[in-house]
This record gives sequence, C-alpha cells and structure tokens, in this order.
Amino acid sequence: MNHTITPIKNKILEAHQLTMRFGGVTALDALDLHVNEGEVLGLLGPNGSGKTTFFNVITGLYHATSGNVTFRNKDLTDVSAQEVYREAITRTFQRSRLSLPLTVFDNIAIGDNRRLNTGLIFNLFQRDRFKQEYEKVVEQVNQLLLTFNPKLASKIFEPVASLPMIDRRRIEICRALISEPDLLLLDEPSAGMTHDETAEVMDDILQVREKMKPFTIVLIEHEMGLIQRMTERCIVLNYGRKIAEGTYDEIVNNHEVQVAYLGQE
Amino acid sequence: MKLLIGTFIFSLVYSILLLGSENQLEVAALVILAFVVSVVGKKIGLMESLARAVHEHPRFPAYAAIGGVLITALVFHNSHFALMMLATVLIYSIVCLGLNIQFGYVGIVNFAGAAFFGIGSYTAAILATHTAIPHLLVLFIAAGISALIGSILIYPVLRTRGHYAALVTIAFGILFRNFLEVNDTLGGPQGLKIPPLTIFGWNLSDGLDIGGFELSFYIPYLLIALILLVLSFRITRNLERSWIGLSMDMVRTDEIAASTFGVDIAHWKIVAFTLGNFIAGMAGALYGMMTAYVAPNNFTFADSLILVSIVILGGIGNPWGIIPAAAIVVILPEKLQFIQEYRFLLYAIVVILILLFRPDGLLPRRIREYFPGKKSGDAG
Repeated sequence: MNHTITPIKNKILEAHQLTMRFGGVTALDALDLHVNEGEVLGLLGPNGSGKTTFFNVITGLYHATSGNVTFRNKDLTDVSAQEVYREAITRTFQRSRLSLPLTVFDNIAIGDNRRLNTGLIFNLFQRDRFKQEYEKVVEQVNQLLLTFNPKLASKIFEPVASLPMIDRRRIEICRALISEPDLLLLDEPSAGMTHDETAEVMDDILQVREKMKPFTIVLIEHEMGLIQRMTERCIVLNYGRKIAEGTYDEIVNNHEVQVAYLGQE
Repeated sequence: MKLLIGTFIFSLVYSILLLGSENQLEVAALVILAFVVSVVGKKIGLMESLARAVHEHPRFPAYAAIGGVLITALVFHNSHFALMMLATVLIYSIVCLGLNIQFGYVGIVNFAGAAFFGIGSYTAAILATHTAIPHLLVLFIAAGISALIGSILIYPVLRTRGHYAALVTIAFGILFRNFLEVNDTLGGPQGLKIPPLTIFGWNLSDGLDIGGFELSFYIPYLLIALILLVLSFRITRNLERSWIGLSMDMVRTDEIAASTFGVDIAHWKIVAFTLGNFIAGMAGALYGMMTAYVAPNNFTFADSLILVSIVILGGIGNPWGIIPAAAIVVILPEKLQFIQEYRFLLYAIVVILILLFRPDGLLPRRIREYFPGKKSGDAG
C-alpha cells in the first residue's frame, strides 16, 4: 500500500528482453516494455524500427529469438497465433488483409471465430441449429456496423472487393472488434487514407470502445496529430530498442527522438 | 419460373439428343447449336436472368437435375452405352465434388484425384472378391481406405503451399500407378476383376425385366450414383454455407489473417483433404463395380488432369458447375469418335474456347449466401 496516491495500473502486457533476429538483422533488440490495462499506448519510431515486428511477435506470427512476452501474467512467448487470439488479443494489419472475394459479413464474422461452433456435425447436418447461430451472428455484425458506421450496415452482404479503401479499413477494425478483445493492436490505421478519413475511423473506434468496454489499445502510427489526440502514453523505438517513453509532449521534446527522426545534427 | 422450366426442357431434350446421336452430322449440329445458344444467350443476358430466377426458386435446379437424370434414364432404358456414359458423368461429378472441396475451398490442388479414385476401385475389387462384406458397405469402406491412404500425404501437403503442394500430389499419383504395375498381388498391369454389386442378394448386373419392360443393368448403378451424388452435393453445399466453408475460404485467401483470428489452418486443410479423398474413393468403388474391372492404366496422371480440368471448367468452388463440365468432358470425346484421333484435338479446342469466353468457368462461384432465397422481406 505504498502507492495510495496514484492509482496502481495493472500491466496487461509485458515484454522482457524481447529479441527478434532475421539472419543478420536485429529487428527487436532486448526490448523491455509494458502496456497498462485500459490505456491507449502509442508506438512510434522511424521505418524499420521494429514496430510491426513487435506486433508480429506478440500475435504469434513470429517466434522471438530470445526474451519473453506475458499477457495477464500468462507466458505468450512461443504460443501460436491461434492461442494468442484465444487470449482476446486482436489486431489490424498495415496493408489490408481482407479476403476480397468474401462479403463484409464473412470478413467480420471470422473475427468472432472463437465463439463460432465449427463442429462438423453441427455445420453439416444440424442446419436448424446452425441457422439460429447464424442469425445471431448476423445481428451482432449488423449491430457493430451500425455503431461503427451505419452506411456500411447496408452493404453487409456485398463483397469487400467492391468497397473503397476507407470502408475496407473499417471492416478490418470491425473484424478485430467483433470478438470483444481485451487488447487491440492497430498497425498504422492511417496508411493509405486521407487525414479526415483517419480521424473519422478513429472516432468510430473510440465510440465503440465507449459502448463496448474500455479495452486496451496499442497504436502504431506515424501521424503525430493522431498520436497526440488518441494516446495517453507513447513509446518510441529505434533499431529495435526503446529510446523514449512518456506522454506525447515528453517524447516530442526528447532529444534522442528528434535525432532518430531527423538524423544526426 | 417459365424461364427455368424452358431451360430445363431445352437442356433435357438437348442431353437426350446428344446421348442418343449416332452419326457425325447430328453431333456436329448439336455442338454448333450449343455455341450459337451460348453466344446468343450472352447477348441477351440469359445467364443473369437465369441466376435471378434461380435465386427466387433456389430448390428448382436440384429437383430439375434429378428429374432430368431419371427421365433420361427412362428414355434410354435399354441402351447400355448411353446409360454407361450418363452414369460415368454422375460418378465423375461425385469425384470432382470431392476435389472441389480441396481445390475450391482450402486451395489444395489435388493432381492425384485419379489415384484416390483408383484406391476406391482396388479396395472394392479386393473386398468384394475375398470377403463377404455387404457391397453397399464396401463403398464406404473403400472411401475410408482412400481417405486413410491420403493421410500419408497430409504431412508434406501441410508443409508446402500452392504449386509445391500440387507437386506433392503429382508425385503421389505417379507413385501410385507404378506401385500398381509392379504389384502382382493387385494384378500388375493386367489389373483385377471386380464382382458386380449385389444388394440383399440381388445381383445388379443381371439386368431387369419388369412386365416385359426391359431395363439395362446400368440403371441400378445409375440410381446408386445419383443417390451418392445427391448426398455428396448436399454435404458440399452445407459445408460451403456454414462456418466451415467460411473458415476454409479464409485458409485459401489469407493464411496469416486467418491464423490471427484463430482459424486452425492445418485442421481445415486436413478436414478438406480427407473429406475430398473419401468422396473420390467412394465414387471409385462404385465405378469399379460398374465396369467390373480395374487396371493401373485407368488411373494415370492424365486422368487426374481431366478431373482437375472438370473442376476448373465448371467454375472453381461452384458444385453446380461440375455437373455440366463433367458431362462435356465425358460425353464429348466419346461422341466425336468419328473423327478418330483428332477427337481429343477438337475436344481440347472446345475446352479452350469455353474458358476463353468464360474465364471463370461455366458457372463461376457466386457470393456465399448461407440461406439463399429466405431473406426477410422477400415474398414467396
């Protein structure tokens, strides 16, 4: 009971000495960082500083060379992407990874995979029961779309290929939100969109967060305005190392950060 | 509805004429007619209006197809050759439904389709000759053996992707045929005889005579093939229109995104591969019993290619496309006998022309509707 003055924040995700090497390239270099429960953390750094690699290691797409990751005190270092998802961690990708020939509904529904009954007998032979579950999921997806962007809800059964970039980004975010995650990893949501579009999508996310639950967000972003507006705390990476940590104002005035972004003086 | 019935009657008359045609003029006229109809149909947007009509009556095509096969079977009730071709079309359609689950949904191109078909035939030959297992059960055991032997391939197929996985299946297909040729227990190059299918003591190959109305012995085989086709078709359809189909589509389109959302890539590949080989083996067993004979030469790489080409020609992922595609691939070369060795050339040209005008196949896969025609607000 030493810290009675400031509320104790639970660490939801912690990385200790996390290292990821690809041949001779060290993408993450003994990285130590933590994410507090319920916060919006900004992850910054020049291109190639290891931000996306960090996401890929956490989500089980890469396996760390050394070091470890814990989520709610559970070791996630060497588990598969599927197990990470079951721990209620979801993400979006920098470049859209939607299945274009499938419908909006399909792309979002798969995000709720852990709650879908994928049993053979259930799907192939118990069509009445399947129909009930299907209608429930349609309703869920529809509700999420209505909260997120009502215009998209009318396109629920259209193929994603027919939609513009901003809608695709929205669908990707909906896919990450439908399972009500505890931790949402957003990999550069502004990529390929205009300033206004990005602002719109961010407002949508915050709105859903307010209605759903105060899930934790880690946001990789280059657009400083977005970082300033959205995040409570920032971590700056360079060459796979943490070079600064603090509020937006603290990091933009940090000398090392300025050097990393602008080069040596 | 009028349009659907009209199309049904036209297709039915056309198939009967084609199956029954015996001289070159008739065949040539029918092939040209098909081309004219498809060109004119394209001009007046026939496919679109048909698709809309089917959307309104989603059950019509299934009933029409079953009815069509039964009527055709009645028309040719004592013509062995026509019935054998019709039964072959149905059996090839069954195999291709299996391959379609692998190719169309999880994206594994299986170039050993004929090998799994062959495993079914050989299993049927051995079990029906040496054991007293009821023959209908043999069909399913043969299917199981085919799926089981297919599991040898699961590990290499899971470790590879795309072209490389296809190469694994090609290697298996070639290996399978060579194994049959050198294996004396399985009859070597001469192959094996298969006793005819017997159900409850009734030998299907004896033929039938109902009140002076003579039925070819192919009719019972045709009916069994039809039942198995309907079963496989329903399974494929339900599979596509379920979370399984969705998961398999995710595996095919983006493995990384799929695994990030908990889709077990290996699991669905194994399910699709095993189910596909099961269906192929089942069809193979029935085909073997119908033709009463199996030999390694029936299961070459070329035969596997034909099976894959049926899936592509029909429209990858659409079970409805497979049936007309199988009909073209099975019937056309037979009917073109009169130009002898040139028939495969002409047949190849026809296939190329079809794919030129319809690059996604005869009936491209449509967007998934889990319960088509039942949208709220739609009348009737």
